[in-house]
Amino acid sequence: MAKRKPKLAVWKFASCDGCQLSLLDCEDELMAVADTVEIANFLEASRRVTKGPYDLSLVEGSITTPHDAERIRQVRRLSKYLVTIGACATSGGIQALRNFKDVKDFIRIVYATPDYISTLDKSTAISEHVKVDFELRGCPINKRQLLEVISAFLGGRRPNTPAHSVCVECKLRGTVCVMVAHGTPCLGPVTHAGCGAICPAYARGCYGCFGPMETPNTASLSDWLIGLGASEGEIARTFHGFNAWADEFRQAGDLNEKKQDDQS
Amino acid sequence: MAEESNNLPSVTYTLEREHLHQLFDVLTGKGYRLLGPAVRDGAIVYDELTAPSDLPVGWTDEQDGGRYRLKKRADDAVFGFVVGPHSWKKFLHPPALRLWQLRREGDGFTVIQEEAESPKYAFIGVRACELHAIAIQDKVFLESKYIDPMYKIRREGCFIVAVNCGQAGGTCFCVSMNTGPRATSGFDLALTEAMEGERHYFVVEVGSPAGADALSEISHRESQADEETTAERIVADTARQMGREMDATGIKELLYRNYEHPRWNDVASRCLTCANCTMVCPTCFCATVEDVTDLAGDTAERWRKWDSCFTLDFSYVHGGSVRATTKDRYRQWMTHKLATWFDQFGSSGCVGCGRCITWCPVAIDITEEVRAIRETESKKDSAGD
Repeated sequence: MAKRKPKLAVWKFASCDGCQLSLLDCEDELMAVADTVEIANFLEASRRVTKGPYDLSLVEGSITTPHDAERIRQVRRLSKYLVTIGACATSGGIQALRNFKDVKDFIRIVYATPDYISTLDKSTAISEHVKVDFELRGCPINKRQLLEVISAFLGGRRPNTPAHSVCVECKLRGTVCVMVAHGTPCLGPVTHAGCGAICPAYARGCYGCFGPMETPNTASLSDWLIGLGASEGEIARTFHGFNAWADEFRQAGDLNEKKQDDQS
Repeated sequence: MAEESNNLPSVTYTLEREHLHQLFDVLTGKGYRLLGPAVRDGAIVYDELTAPSDLPVGWTDEQDGGRYRLKKRADDAVFGFVVGPHSWKKFLHPPALRLWQLRREGDGFTVIQEEAESPKYAFIGVRACELHAIAIQDKVFLESKYIDPMYKIRREGCFIVAVNCGQAGGTCFCVSMNTGPRATSGFDLALTEAMEGERHYFVVEVGSPAGADALSEISHRESQADEETTAERIVADTARQMGREMDATGIKELLYRNYEHPRWNDVASRCLTCANCTMVCPTCFCATVEDVTDLAGDTAERWRKWDSCFTLDFSYVHGGSVRATTKDRYRQWMTHKLATWFDQFGSSGCVGCGRCITWCPVAIDITEEVRAIRETESKKDSAGD
């Protein structure tokens, strides 16, 4: 078959690189990926860059500078199908904690010469800047899900990345509920599936790395966590984590923070 | 498969605790894969067993809404606990199952079917409510126009050792649902565990020829009258200890009359739509089908996975999900379980095992929801008088 291989590009914005590393972490499948797509632009893997346009762009990271806000528009123009990978690209990432404060205060504290810093007030998701064709959740993403997204793209089908709770993944693998059986606070019931329920399998509560599930009832879960002995402040900090700027988690965190302030 | 016990004489036998291992040895010798309760990760789950020492000897559980704790017992009871987070459906209706594969070959493709050999399960320690749950799933998968081959090969040739409950859990309500605590049918052997002073034994009922055959290879004798009386008393005591209660009188009509009851909004404010209740329910059978392809596009696989009426995908049709709100989904689940199930399958879909109460992360209690609807309806009625 002399069919042209689709061109794949991987782009980095404000991020830790963990999500694009998941692609390199595909070890066993990496050769199959290289066989089926032309890895045209992936600086973490190769210096060789082939010019666009690209059939599939994987975008990691959030938009935090005026320069990146412009660059993402350029990436969009070069990409036929654009997939964001990870919490940063999908909801602003952990660096979206700046969004709750005045970023100028941080700059003053951190940098000797704040004038050199050109940054935006907020860290935002890619979808706030350009049209996104598909969002893959996770901090970091799950490599199986990444392969599923690429396979689905190549097969012209919708990827199987269910938006239900992490609880379903726990139950499918037979993990005993850490909240019910151990009293360990867990965000699993309000968190988007995809990780395979790793933390509860090691007797820890879910940290919400995959962001809000399709219909998260954060108020009801917060009430229950209080009953388990968590404070409003702790709950607020848990929601304001890797997906702090995802609407439902942001609001849940804000609400708990307000309750804490009202008490003091 | 176990047959109705009615045709068999109602003689009971006594098996000494020290001979319990013989049951394991005999079943293993007959080629069965033994499955049953075992302690893991702070709970009693269902797992592979090799000997009675794998059972939760000396352990018990404390259960309430949204709360489960494993505790040490003061004695060495072998079955001194109730049901945990797992149910037998994990073996008969596995959580994730590949149905078939396709492989591209030239311009066509080949279908590769999954192997169709019975795994020959022996379930050790099946409770009365669970026997009813298995009977309900039998009806769903085996007794309609469409027979599920995957369920059938697992269910056929399955050997069931039932256990009559010696205690009830905090969320148990089998008495209300008329499903326990005594095993009445659907088993090969049924045990009642008795501990009196130094004596520790099981009173055994035979429920099938396969059960009689297995028992014949194990040290046992006919029970004495006092042993039978003790076994009767143990189960009767359990029946009086139910942690929960549900008035099931006219429940179908009650729920059909109350589609618009304000209580649905109340429960929706608490419900997480996390799907735990449906995953732990021993009768919930819904599944979704996922097709996956590999990178090269040379093979495709079709998988069946447990699904839940609490997800949006479950009721997704062109244009959106039919049950968009939490209220819609909770009402669908509870009304199906307790009302429409009668119309669909001729029985209740609830066996009173209490799992949905214990394993709901926020302790939503199906018995409490029914009570709330029943009580407020009667108030409404009396107000109108």
